[in-house]
Amino acid sequence: MERTTLDLWVGMFVVAGIGALVMLAMKVGNLGTYNVSETYQVHAYFSNIGGLKPKASIRSAGVLVGRVTSISLDTERYEANVVMSVDKRYQFPKDTFANILTSGLLGEQYIGLVPGGETEMIKDGDLLKQTQSAMVLEDLISKFMYSKASEPAKEESK
Amino acid sequence: MAVVKTISAIGHRIVDTVWRIGVAARFFFLTLLYSGNCLRRFHLVIKELFSTGVMSLIIIIVAGLFVGMVLGLQGYETLKRYGSESALGVMVALGLVRELGPVMAALLFASRAGSAMTAEIGLMKATEQISAMEMMAVNPIARIVAPRFWAGVISMPLLAALFSAVGIFGGYLVGVVQIGVDEGSFWSQMQAAVDFREDIMNGIIKSVVFGTVVTVIALFEGFDAPPTAEGVSGATTRTVVTSSLAILMLDFVLTAIMFRGA
Repeated sequence: MERTTLDLWVGMFVVAGIGALVMLAMKVGNLGTYNVSETYQVHAYFSNIGGLKPKASIRSAGVLVGRVTSISLDTERYEANVVMSVDKRYQFPKDTFANILTSGLLGEQYIGLVPGGETEMIKDGDLLKQTQSAMVLEDLISKFMYSKASEPAKEESK
Repeated sequence: MAVVKTISAIGHRIVDTVWRIGVAARFFFLTLLYSGNCLRRFHLVIKELFSTGVMSLIIIIVAGLFVGMVLGLQGYETLKRYGSESALGVMVALGLVRELGPVMAALLFASRAGSAMTAEIGLMKATEQISAMEMMAVNPIARIVAPRFWAGVISMPLLAALFSAVGIFGGYLVGVVQIGVDEGSFWSQMQAAVDFREDIMNGIIKSVVFGTVVTVIALFEGFDAPPTAEGVSGATTRTVVTSSLAILMLDFVLTAIMFRGA
């Protein structure tokens, strides 16, 4: 087939377009950083998840180890059932503690895993029994107000 | 009787519009039906890719760069008030990839390439080239319309991706190089927030839809133009107006479908 300069221009256009797409995927999107490696699933019950959303990150010692897969309400316990997929490279002991934490003061919420001392490792589908719910700002404020309100009474009695 | 006349004129316009939509739908269907030939003889599409895609490159790149720069500047001014300048990359990238990239590229494409398509086909019709083709038993939809249609559908997502990429670079230039936002947080927060499937792929799907709609409108207006100088100029104007409105309305519908609950 004969080649024309026109083909060259069109070729350059297509290469530039696809190059832009790859750059978007790798540099801008999360395809380059978060590779979907093999994961295992664990779940945990929280009495309040606050603003946690699916795909929120799971961190241990600040390192990203997985993502939240799904969140649902368990109607037998009336607690939130959070399913997480954790990277297979990272194994945690059975008595790992799961906290819902906030990055920064108003940042997004994530799950922090604090490993316990057991020697047996957690397996696919296991339940993390020890959890700590999200800090809800209203609860904190009401606790603070409650303690403030009771303070002057104490001083008077002394 | 003036009232009756006005009402009947309004009714006539509505019926006429619906009629045209029906003809345009049939025209779209015929284009798809006769596409086989031009996809086998792909050099026809390549020739059109040159005039729609390559010739739109400069306007897309320059516009993308400036839109990104403005986003960087305005975003910085707003985010600074909340002390979250480091989220500038997220704002620029999400704004471009989800909305501005596909929409602005499609609007520019409609006025740059769509109007040219309409004028070209309208003039072909006015100078009776299309009738001549029919005389020679060449199907004008297969020979003229289908290659242009596929060229538009192929080049639109590529142009939108280029627009977004160049725009993010523009935002980087203003935000990081000029103002001095931290480079590491600019890119890493962007990577953490932009999802490939949710954001980038949905933007690409949007631009494919816009490409289809804009080229179908442009080609149909050209094909349907009255074969006079006035008719062609009117058709060109209608192409730009109708496709711009169609892009903006469809963008709302697609956004409502794609990003609801996200």
